Amino acid sequence: MEVIDLAWWKLGLAALLVLALAGVSLWARLGITRSLLIASARTGIQLALIGLVLEALFASARLYWIALLATVMLLVAGREVMARQQRRLRGIWAFGIGTGAMFVSSFAVTVLALTVIIGPSPWYAPQYAIPLLGMMLGNTMTGVALSLDRLNESVWHQRAVIENRLMLGQTWRQAVEDIRKDAMRGGMMPSINAMAAAGIVSLPGMMTGQILAGSPPAVAVKYQILVMLIITVGTGFGALMAVSWGSRRLFDERERLRLDRLVKVGK
Amino acid sequence: MSELRLDTVSVGTLKEVSLQVGSGAVVCISGASGSGKSRLLRAVADLEPHDGRVYLDDTEQGSLPAHEWRKRVVMIPADSQWWFDEVGAHFAEDARHTMPEALGFPPGVMDWAVSRLSSGERQRLALWRALAMAPEALLLDEPTANLDEDMTAAVEAWLLDEIRRRNLAVLWVAHDQGQIRRVANHHYRISGSQLEWVNGSH
Repeated sequence: MEVIDLAWWKLGLAALLVLALAGVSLWARLGITRSLLIASARTGIQLALIGLVLEALFASARLYWIALLATVMLLVAGREVMARQQRRLRGIWAFGIGTGAMFVSSFAVTVLALTVIIGPSPWYAPQYAIPLLGMMLGNTMTGVALSLDRLNESVWHQRAVIENRLMLGQTWRQAVEDIRKDAMRGGMMPSINAMAAAGIVSLPGMMTGQILAGSPPAVAVKYQILVMLIITVGTGFGALMAVSWGSRRLFDERERLRLDRLVKVGK
Repeated sequence: MSELRLDTVSVGTLKEVSLQVGSGAVVCISGASGSGKSRLLRAVADLEPHDGRVYLDDTEQGSLPAHEWRKRVVMIPADSQWWFDEVGAHFAEDARHTMPEALGFPPGVMDWAVSRLSSGERQRLALWRALAMAPEALLLDEPTANLDEDMTAAVEAWLLDEIRRRNLAVLWVAHDQGQIRRVANHHYRISGSQLEWVNGSH
């Protein structure tokens, strides 16, 4: 099956529809016209650029170029995790914990899936490695950001309870146990919900894309199942690590709640 | 049978506070609001970074894991917190059945919902929750602030009785001069960055 290539000017037609929406939202004073236009422009530019990068990468297929792109993706995701927390740890910690958790979980699971399950040759073949890592990072990022945001926010609001529990001789782990569970649940719910709804409520984007590109649906479905499973695993372990490192950092070596290590940003 | 000793403790605006609380003795601390009374108690409970040393007999605060220290030196905050839905869930099994009568609760209180408790009821339950842990020292932050006159007298008498019987060392933050006269072996007032000895029997 041949894939129909899209001419750039045809994308312009879709862009015209966005402009129409922008016009309507301006007229209705929805206050989102600006961000709508900027986001659409970013989508176009960012994806066009990554397309060029991927073309070059596929042509060379050297491990160090792939590693470099993976590192850039990780750092950008780490920054995004930090930006999505309203209260975050001071200093390098907010970035470090989120990035570290994503690195360990996403990279470990992606490499495992590539070497053991899919098995392309070489194992880092960019056609498999980059899309897989991209989906892993994108979802792990959401999970880690949600769980860290929930953790910091709940600790802040329940500080009196936590300290009262400490006063009664509980360890710091016991004193934040409920909050930790809640934060981990919060980080994992989106991927669990996505799995539950897959195929019935939503046709996952990756599978849809693969079918559009000419893959037999039976193959596309198997890849989609694989991806959803490893995304959930990656997100789960990522949230788990982020929450345990993050909550450890909220207490010092004397098991004192150290809210001075949190800083509120924005809003 | 333990003595609580503060050796040049500095926290917040308070500098180099040294005092001793004998076993079975009550030392009251008073001072204007914001003068650092609660922070001093928090430092003794090791809930806040501070300078200086605190001893329980020969045991130095830092030589125990913090939660072990806080099991022996228990602080009761002015505004006690309750995190389970039912009162009883906050207590150990045996403490549920041995609630002292002096606190004025009917037998069924352990089944009550926390949400129906008044602030005075919370305060009295918090005292029992802490005492039931069998601590060696107590840090009380205005323990009768939300109680009416009769209840204050009853709780005071019960607390003093328990303190003598269990030989607890007690740091008691209070503002009511009458109460301080009734319960204190020694009374210190915070003045500026110092603790000023007001009166007491040696």
